[in-house]
Parts: sequence; structure tokens; C-alpha cells
Amino acid sequence: MTQTEFARALLDPGAAVPDGIVDPEGRPAPKRFSVYRNNVASSLTRALETAFPTVRKLVGDEFFSAMAVIFLRAHPPRSRMLMLYGDDLPGFLEGFPPVAHLGYLPDVARLDQAMRESYHAADSEPLAEVEFQRLLSTDIAGLRLRLAPSLRLVRSRWPVQSIWAANAEGGPSPNPGPEDALILRPEFDPRPHLLPPGGGAFVEGLLKGKTLGQSLDLTDASASLPAILSLLITGRAVIGVEQ
Amino acid sequence: MLDHSRQSLPARPGVGYKPQHFPGLMADPGVVGWLEIHAENYMGEGGRPLAQLRYLAERFPISVHGVGLSIGGEGRLDRDHLDRLRQLCGWLNPVSFSEHLAWSTHDGAYLNDLLPLPYTSATLARVANHIDEVQTVLGRRMLLENPSTYVAFAETAMAETDFLTEIANRTGCGLLLDVNNVYVSGTNQKYDPRAYLDAFPLHLVGEIHLGGHDEDRDDHGRRLLIDSHGAEVVDPVWALYAHVLVKGGPRPTLIEWDNDVPEWPVLAAEAARAARLLEPAK
Repeated sequence: MTQTEFARALLDPGAAVPDGIVDPEGRPAPKRFSVYRNNVASSLTRALETAFPTVRKLVGDEFFSAMAVIFLRAHPPRSRMLMLYGDDLPGFLEGFPPVAHLGYLPDVARLDQAMRESYHAADSEPLAEVEFQRLLSTDIAGLRLRLAPSLRLVRSRWPVQSIWAANAEGGPSPNPGPEDALILRPEFDPRPHLLPPGGGAFVEGLLKGKTLGQSLDLTDASASLPAILSLLITGRAVIGVEQ
Repeated sequence: MLDHSRQSLPARPGVGYKPQHFPGLMADPGVVGWLEIHAENYMGEGGRPLAQLRYLAERFPISVHGVGLSIGGEGRLDRDHLDRLRQLCGWLNPVSFSEHLAWSTHDGAYLNDLLPLPYTSATLARVANHIDEVQTVLGRRMLLENPSTYVAFAETAMAETDFLTEIANRTGCGLLLDVNNVYVSGTNQKYDPRAYLDAFPLHLVGEIHLGGHDEDRDDHGRRLLIDSHGAEVVDPVWALYAHVLVKGGPRPTLIEWDNDVPEWPVLAAEAARAARLLEPAK
């Protein structure tokens, strides 16, 4: 018996129990072996349930469990840090026929995943307000903002932020249309915020290291600029500025 | 500032730390004298988990318990994971580090369970090499925990107690004695848990674990116990624990409750029960 055979049989319920797995009397012991199969499936299912609360709410507990088992057998974790397990789930959902009619589901999974990444991201100190005031009085177009490591941007052609809010906070029913969600973690608890029109492309520019001016050129977000900056500042997400 | 002066866990009850117990633990730790964390839950970059751990480490001795190193794996140890452990043990400077006699990773896939090993000379050599590597990288002695097992291997040639004793002799590691695992494995493998404990090198035990289990039936309708860490410690396990204390003296004792985690007072009551047995053993 090798661990290759053991591992394969764990992830494939159709595979035979490897030779040499026995009970104390030396008899074949498939039911005993299935304890390990169940442990693997149930512990990884639990990890995915914790990781994707919004997806789970949308499809229901039973559907989610059944789907999780199919996913985890095809995509077992590649890292022992289960806190980030599941980054393959959005892509898996895109090709999973039973949820093909829920076009928004992959992006909702991306939002759940981004929330968790934000939760575990490095801590950072925001730029002091006086420093801000000083910089805003200069020519701000040339400024580059350094953003918090916990900030995440999820851009979607679906109302992904409203779907999250409806499920997590009992918000109103989402209206169709694209939404960009900005996840901010002012202290320990990340929260997605709806970006105003043009905000997604603008923040994407900032994340790529472009200046405020260059980022504005990417989009028609000029009218939204005060709202976006205010969101970043109150979310303690600007941690430095380069001139 | 972390207290780096502690050299070993106190011979008192500890609990496996769960974030939901933070308020209860802070309000009234009761007899709890130390905490154990699962290493993998604190390998993020920041956020609440690490902030809480820093706070707790200023107030309690901390034991780091790894669940993902796959010490019994056929492949090489994952150096990235070992490096993350080294970093955690570096800034936290825990009083103790322990891992399992098991494997959990194969060909890059992490299976998230503590999988069993045949006790052979080949396994012995492999596990001893891996423990040498862990102790060298971490710069500290580790404790190795006896497993709960559900199957046996036709190729097994050694008793588990002999296997563990030999590993400790070869590597200088200490042992973590999980008394519930002894009861579970003894029932499942048809051996007398008390005889197992009498053969166990108790002088090498740096920590004891107590936890709950589930019950099922095997292929022939016989009782099959499943380590669940999801219930109270049963009376036969308390009796075995008392046997260990009488024979081996008091040891730091952890109450493990990882699934269906109860309210803080329930866990504190389990710790108090351990304390009542530890006290006369001192």
C-alpha cells in the first residue's frame, strides 16, 4: 500500500479500498476506510461553508454541501492554510452546469473569497488626516496613493454588492446591472462598499500604481472622485502618498 | 511585550483556544492556566486572529499545535509550510510545539485529515528524518502525538508504543499523549488501553490531550469509535487519565473541543474536572 493509492481512494469514492487496509483480524475493512473518506469530505466541506457564506445562502445548505463535495474532490487544497482554500471555486462555478442559470454566482464567490483575503491581510496604519489635508491642497493629479493590503476590488457585470447586502444584511432586492465592490477593513472586519459609476476602473488604476490623474483618465469618474476618496479615507485604506 | 521566560507548560489544565470563547475566557479563566492554538489558523498576514493571539500571549503560556505538517508523508516536508511555522514560533515564542504521527498531504494535495501509517522500519526512518528536520528548522524540541486510528495495515510490524518510543530515542523529541486517542484506537484495534498506557514511555510525555469522540459500527457490526473533538470527555477516558497521572505524575493537560464548540462554562467545567484529578497527583 502506498500513500498514492490511499490518497486516490480518499478522493474517489468509486475507487477500491487499497490492498492491505484491514481490521484488527486482518480482514478487508472498507467501512473503516470510509471514516477517512468522510473526514476529508466533511472537514473540507465545512471549510468551504465558512469561506463562501453568500454563495451558500443563495443556493441553500443542501445544494452547497453536495456541490462542495464535487468541487473538493476535483480541487483539493494545495496549501495547508485552509483559511484561503477555495480560490478555484469561482472558476469551477463558471463551468458547473447545475448553476449555469445563476450567472452572478461566480462573482459572488469572488466577493466572498476577497472578503476572507481581506480579513487575513496584513495590518496597516492609515495616513494621518493632517498629511492628507496638506497634500490635497497641492496638485493632486500627480499623487500616487499607497492602499491598505486589506483593500480588495471586485468588479462585476452583476449587482454583486447588492446581492451581498441582501443576503448578509437583509438589504433590498438587487436591481440588474453591473456593480463594482470595494472591500475595506478599517480595523478587523472587512465590508464591501458599492463604488459610484466609474469607481471600479479608477481604483483599478490606483492599484496598478497609476497617479490620481492617470487613474481618472481611465474612466469618467470625475464626478465621483470626492465620494471615492471619502470612502478610501474613512475606510482607513490610504496608507501613504507618493508625489 | 511577550514573556519569553517560560520554559515549559504548567502542569495545569489548558484549553484549545476558540475565538468565540474570548469574552468568557477573559472574564473568568477559572482553572485554565494555558492555551493551545492550531498553528495553521494563525498563518495569515494580520487582522483579528493575530491581534487576538498577541493579546492572549501576554496573558497565558501558549502551546502551538500543528495539524498540517504531514510528518508521516512519503514526500518531503513542505518547506514553505515549515517556514511559516518557523515564523510563527519565532515571533510568538510558544512554550511548546507539537505535531501528529500522521500524514495529510500527498502530491501537493492537502487532505485535511490525520491519516494513518503502517508501523514499519521504513516508516520509522522517514518519520525520524522529518522530525529531525522540523527540530532543526524550528530550533526547538517538539512533541509528537499518538493518533486515533480506524484501520490497520497488513504490513505493520511494530506496536505503536514501541514505534513512538523508538522515534523519541532517535530524534530526542518528546511525546504528546492523547488519552482519548488511546481509548479510541484501543477500542478500534482491539487492544487494552491500560496495557497500551503501561507500555507508553510516560517520562517522555510533555503534554496530555483529552477530548470527546463519536461512536459508529465497523464492517462487522463492531463498535468503532471516531475521534471528533466534538463532545465531553467520557468516563472511561477520565479513568485512563487518572491512571496516567498516578503512574507518571501531573502533566499539562489540554481539553480539546474543536467541533460543535460549547459555551465557555461547559469547557471551563471540563478543565475544572481535569484540575481535580491533577491536584492530588502533584
